[in-house]
Amino acid sequence: MIRPNIKGQRLAALFLLGFLLFNYPLLTLFAGSIHVFGIPVLYFYVFAVWALLIGLMALVVERRDD
Amino acid sequence: MLTAPVIVIASFVYVGLLFAIAYYGDKRADAGRSVISNPYIYALSLAVYCTSWTFYGSVGRAATSGIGFLPIYLGPTLMAALWWYVMLKIIRISKQNRITSIADFIASRYGKSHMLGGMVTIIAVVGIIPYIALQLKAISNTFSIILRYPEVATPEQQGAPLFLGDNTFYIAMLLAAFTILFGTRHLDATERHEGLVAAIAFESLVKLLAFIAVGLFVTFWLYDGFADIFSRAGQTPELRALLSFGGESGSYATWASLTFLSMAAIMFLPRQFQVTVVENVDERHLAKAIWLFPLYLLAINIFVLPIAFGGLLHFPNGAVDADTFVLTLPIAEQRPWLALFAFIGGLSAATGMVIVEAIALSTMVCNDLVMPVLLRMKALRLTERRDLSGLLLGIRRGAIVLILVLGYVYFYLAGEAYALVSIGLISFSAVAQFAPAIIGGIFWKGGTRTGAICGLAAGFLVWIYTLLLPSFAKSGWLPITFLSHGLFGTDLLKPQQLLGLEGLDDITHCLFWSMLANIGCYIGVSLIKGPNAAEHGQATVFVDAFKPAAAAPGSRFWRGSASVNNLLMLVGRFLGPERAYEAFAAYAGSRGERSVEALSADANLVHHAESLLAGAIGSASARVMVASVVEEEPLGIDEVMNIIDEASQVLAYSRQLEQKSRELEAATNELRGANQRLQELDRLKDDFISTVTHELRTPLTSIRAFSEILNDNPRLDGAERAKFLGIIVKESERLTRLINQVLDLAKIESGAAEWHSSEIDMREVLEESATAVSQLFKERKVELMLELPQRVPGIAADRDRLMQVMLNLLSNAAKFSGRAPGKVAVSLAHEGGFLRVDVADNGVGISAADQEVIFEKFRQAGDMLTGKPQGSGLGLHISRRIIEHFGGRMWVTSRPGEGACFSFALPLAGGSVLIRAA
Repeated sequence: MIRPNIKGQRLAALFLLGFLLFNYPLLTLFAGSIHVFGIPVLYFYVFAVWALLIGLMALVVERRDD
Repeated sequence: MLTAPVIVIASFVYVGLLFAIAYYGDKRADAGRSVISNPYIYALSLAVYCTSWTFYGSVGRAATSGIGFLPIYLGPTLMAALWWYVMLKIIRISKQNRITSIADFIASRYGKSHMLGGMVTIIAVVGIIPYIALQLKAISNTFSIILRYPEVATPEQQGAPLFLGDNTFYIAMLLAAFTILFGTRHLDATERHEGLVAAIAFESLVKLLAFIAVGLFVTFWLYDGFADIFSRAGQTPELRALLSFGGESGSYATWASLTFLSMAAIMFLPRQFQVTVVENVDERHLAKAIWLFPLYLLAINIFVLPIAFGGLLHFPNGAVDADTFVLTLPIAEQRPWLALFAFIGGLSAATGMVIVEAIALSTMVCNDLVMPVLLRMKALRLTERRDLSGLLLGIRRGAIVLILVLGYVYFYLAGEAYALVSIGLISFSAVAQFAPAIIGGIFWKGGTRTGAICGLAAGFLVWIYTLLLPSFAKSGWLPITFLSHGLFGTDLLKPQQLLGLEGLDDITHCLFWSMLANIGCYIGVSLIKGPNAAEHGQATVFVDAFKPAAAAPGSRFWRGSASVNNLLMLVGRFLGPERAYEAFAAYAGSRGERSVEALSADANLVHHAESLLAGAIGSASARVMVASVVEEEPLGIDEVMNIIDEASQVLAYSRQLEQKSRELEAATNELRGANQRLQELDRLKDDFISTVTHELRTPLTSIRAFSEILNDNPRLDGAERAKFLGIIVKESERLTRLINQVLDLAKIESGAAEWHSSEIDMREVLEESATAVSQLFKERKVELMLELPQRVPGIAADRDRLMQVMLNLLSNAAKFSGRAPGKVAVSLAHEGGFLRVDVADNGVGISAADQEVIFEKFRQAGDMLTGKPQGSGLGLHISRRIIEHFGGRMWVTSRPGEGACFSFALPLAGGSVLIRAA
């Protein structure tokens, strides 16, 4: 049995964060034609944020402090 | 090398492997050693989300819209973060109510409605059949491409004969066989298929590895890493637009609506509901899947853009369909085994989807479409048949075959048509229509059956009009003027610019209008007329799923009479008699009963039977069936409202209130007690002061009166003068004694008195006191007799204080003993652990009413009005306090006319004194 608790709220906050980072208008900041490590900045940004979100979600879910 | 037999054999070996895994999974499940009961298999099974539409289609979409393919995978990632609230609740509700499909979920939520279950099933089937066709097309296309190896071929529209002449048909039937074999092995109340899930998880692994293998090959073999591909693409003018937020994905509205669509899809696609909710073994697995599943999505998408650009660079000018790059790039580079692996990967993506979707749809078709109709057809007399489990399985197997045949026919008819190519997002838009009814249903108690029906119908119709029919028109099945000029040539009714709304792509346009209609009708109609009794009951079960009171759902809202045998027979007809008996026996065990026969047919058993049936035939049908053997007394809305409101809300509050008021009451009682004691003490103090003042004034008055007489009459004769002076002296002594006693009492009461305990021989005390009062006794002519034993044990007390007690008792005795001949007897005795002293006189005695009173302060026996008080009224009170201080007690026994006997008993000295003496 798992119960909604502080973890649920942390995850919901991550949802909001992801929703912001993956949408207009923040996305427009990375719409240019710059390259980061040879990768178009838009691609780099989206995949980096994606990986970061998954990492944070894993951190929240796997933490045992509560 | 890569000849047709090799490919066919490889495909069959792969499918055979699936059979083996599924068989092994089922075997292990039967043995109680589940292979799928861990979060990793669970997360892998969720990846059935990635179909051939992902495996091949993502690359195709990326080749035309750059990063525009990604919202389909970002949406589920974001949604996964909300699973802790949403999906967990859906799983909990489904497990509590034995819900086995999304149609059942919605039907059950809104008062177990057949109508809703049927609608959801129809929407799902209409929305999903083309999606299944898409998978068959992918298998068929890639098969014909890889058959032409080493030539890079573009599959042309097939002219192959329908059905038996077409290998796609055989693939469809093979998948149907697999689904029937492992998806409808037997009827089970939980509808879980462990073997099937194991196979699906394996397929997810295969497609991921295959895609990554191709990705690595393209990125690091054909090209020199990511940077190389992107810099080459940057140098190609027609590809440059794809590198930034341009191309078809240029609209942020499209991006957002695709994100929203995929968020709904990951929850409400029938296959996702099947693997996430129905096949869930343990809800804790969901926690890890929250990040594992998005991680899978990330992994399978990393190489989409490199493969897309690699393909575009490799096959310039659109020579090869971008949808096939995953397969055609290895073929073009003469990598037969990689090409075969890619083909198998695509096969696994397609078959996984088809299998799970078929089983989910067949459950819905059987439970929410066919069974309700059959059960209503009285002519069939289904309700009287002994064993219906065979019929149920037959219907499901038939439904699976039918669904795959329909998918195949659609594939055959649509072929290369727009209606098939764009079907992925069209299907997503269809299942998104379930979102308001489900999300609203688990968080809002106000949603009603009519509201849900209206919302679903409105959303579905708008979806048909703005998305499905235009796709038919684009395929040439409807006149194209329908698109360009609207229905009946009315511009406002143009399906993709409804009411003149322009500037949105077709998906966003449909999503906006359908959600507006859906949510608007759902909320609006629900609010026009509130929920009825059954709806309210179910609403509470769903919305309050996390509250402990909902642990035994439904049974609170039932009242009626039934027999255990009837219920057992009913369940047996659907699950088979043996399974039913096992289920009942397990239930009896869980209730602490020894056997099924010992069960009583109460509301809980009826509810249990209903939920067993619900797993097999859906909640709405289960309700109808149970109602047929149970005489149910319907509850009125008021009663249900009362049950819900009182039971769940008011009770919780009133319990707290009761607790609070009990505490308050206790505190009040304490306060009241304390107050009473204070008042009593206050009254005693007042009494004491007024009595003391009164007692002091009496001697003072007489002293003053006689002093004034002496003062005013100087010529009073000597005898008179001496008499008056004698009175003054006596009254002064009395006053002094009184004041001393008051002070003494005050000391004792305040605890400030000094006590000097020592070991005392009581005989000495008595003799001494007798000597002390001998003069008084002689004056009054009272005889004093002492009866003392030879020896008595010592006691620990204050000698002076005991003398005080004895003198008080003796002088009282002298005062009150009879006129003549007065007699006072003092005796000492050793009784138990006490020394007892009796002082008996032969006076008038004390009435029973006065016997306790005389020990109180300032109280004396006898008539206070006539008789002049003969003492202060404090002596006995002080004496008793002294005796009690040393652990003893004092009392009086008397009968009026026969004298009185004052007694006190003091405890013996005990160990400490004896030891000291030794």
